Amino acid sequence: MKSLVAVLTVVAAIVAFWYAACVPMNIKGVLVAAERAGVEVTPATAKERRDMSEIGLSLSNSFAIPDTWAQDRPRLPAPHQVAIELWKTTVEKKITSKRSLIYHGWVTLSATLLGFAIGTGLGILLAVGIVHSKVMDMSVMPWAIVSQTIPIIALAPMIIVVLYSIGVQGIIPKAVISAYLSFFPVVVGMVKGLRSPDGMQLDLLRTYNASQSQGFWKLRLPASLPYLFASLKIGIAASLVGAIVGELPTGAVAGLGARLLAGSYYGQTVQIWSALFAAAILAACLVALLGLLERVMLKRMGMSA
Amino acid sequence: MLMVGLAVLVWIVGWWINGRLANSPAAGTRAVQLAVPVIFGVTVLIVWELLVRGLNVPLVILPAPSMIAGRFAESLPILWADFVQTFAKGALSGYIMGCGAAFLMAIAVDRSDFLRRGLLPVGNFVAALPIVGTAPILVMWFGFDWESKAAVVVVMVFFPMLVNTVAGLRETSAMQRDLMQTYAASYWQSFFKLRLPAAMPFIFNGLKISTTLALIGAIVAEFFGSPTVGMGFRISTSVGQLALDMVWAEIVVAALAGSIFYGAVALIEKSVTFWHPSQR
Repeated sequence: MKSLVAVLTVVAAIVAFWYAACVPMNIKGVLVAAERAGVEVTPATAKERRDMSEIGLSLSNSFAIPDTWAQDRPRLPAPHQVAIELWKTTVEKKITSKRSLIYHGWVTLSATLLGFAIGTGLGILLAVGIVHSKVMDMSVMPWAIVSQTIPIIALAPMIIVVLYSIGVQGIIPKAVISAYLSFFPVVVGMVKGLRSPDGMQLDLLRTYNASQSQGFWKLRLPASLPYLFASLKIGIAASLVGAIVGELPTGAVAGLGARLLAGSYYGQTVQIWSALFAAAILAACLVALLGLLERVMLKRMGMSA
Repeated sequence: MLMVGLAVLVWIVGWWINGRLANSPAAGTRAVQLAVPVIFGVTVLIVWELLVRGLNVPLVILPAPSMIAGRFAESLPILWADFVQTFAKGALSGYIMGCGAAFLMAIAVDRSDFLRRGLLPVGNFVAALPIVGTAPILVMWFGFDWESKAAVVVVMVFFPMLVNTVAGLRETSAMQRDLMQTYAASYWQSFFKLRLPAAMPFIFNGLKISTTLALIGAIVAEFFGSPTVGMGFRISTSVGQLALDMVWAEIVVAALAGSIFYGAVALIEKSVTFWHPSQR
């Protein structure tokens, strides 16, 4: 309860800061509009205003401050503008409309989920191989760790073009990038998890004369689940980033990444911010869903703390 | 067909050597632990080369490693200019500013229990969001040159670094803090002599996570607009021209920069947190 109050305070502080930041960010645009409408502005010409600081301008033209939160194409839209845009493009639009964020979100989400499933599946398989084969462990594992330090996302434009040139397009190229990004966190986490049973537990199974596969299914796999979920949460966030970035270089027409790009081409800042928030909400929902799944599963297995 | 057969052969031989090495009694030694991944890497490169040549894979799908190496050697000046623009100007300056700001913020937050309770969940939440999405906005605000890239990097590294530092500053036990109190240590004395050193493993964890994020941010931000130099710019234009050997050369640069950056931070960590169990 106490931390809820604290969280809300922090969020409120961020929102207040955001509103305050809108004033200096947008004041110049507002003053230009006001001048055109015939309102008296303190330094009269745009030339004089150019050399003044934004904060000084806001102080000397305090009448214009409310307008900074209601511009059409602000440099920084106010929170309520973004919220209204989000509401309009999700609830009020039909989901089949090209302007509905739910439609765009689904395009991105479907690629994310497909890629996440592929990447996680392959990652778990590789981790099982690494744990059971010393050769694979010694040859592949160092590369898997090194690959975490390189910006894999730089590959995204190339993957899309290469797949396009062999005739694959649509959801698959984005899913490949998503899969690639979620693959390595899962491998590293899962190897750690499959190795987490200590010598005592392994010895116990040996005294039961358990076979290798029994040891895997009854001890290693259950023991790895907490680690698996931790890396799944990282993996799904990475998958979403991958799907969004995968939409950038091809000039895709649908998806949250395409909304970002279109917004930045046409200076539609409110649209960029609402797409950004839609992506953030999507990421938060996915991570929360995995967290819920984790809690339910670990509880049923009697592992919850 | 000969090349493909050869590729299969090389693969089998490489795997066999690694199998012998990994199961030999010398498997624990440093030399073998280094040799096995190197042999694996070299095997993959040779198989790649042979398959691309043997199957006549077109350049637009996958260039051979020898071609990439040739392109890399030929265009060193271009690659260097791109590296300076993206890494030194964009990623590194943003990394220093972002991590520094997060560190100072963490110290400020740490003094108030209320702020920490509020900020940690928010920070954890933001750290999981697709922050690269802010790139178009920041490019719009700060222009096409490296300043906007540095800004994206600042936003990307800030929260992971903040969360880790705040968690690290909580690492000391009540007993240790009581001991400092019995010495009549001031806040800053106990901060510098006890809590900061204890936080170092966490701080370096944040710093290491941020190295990768910094490069990702700087490269992706260039997809949204950049001057005609930079790794992200070169990748997106070369992809457009179907010059995939150039793309791969840039990826090699990015991989080298990423691993060296990470390695450098890990080396500093080793000398700073020599006392920590994970380093011994």
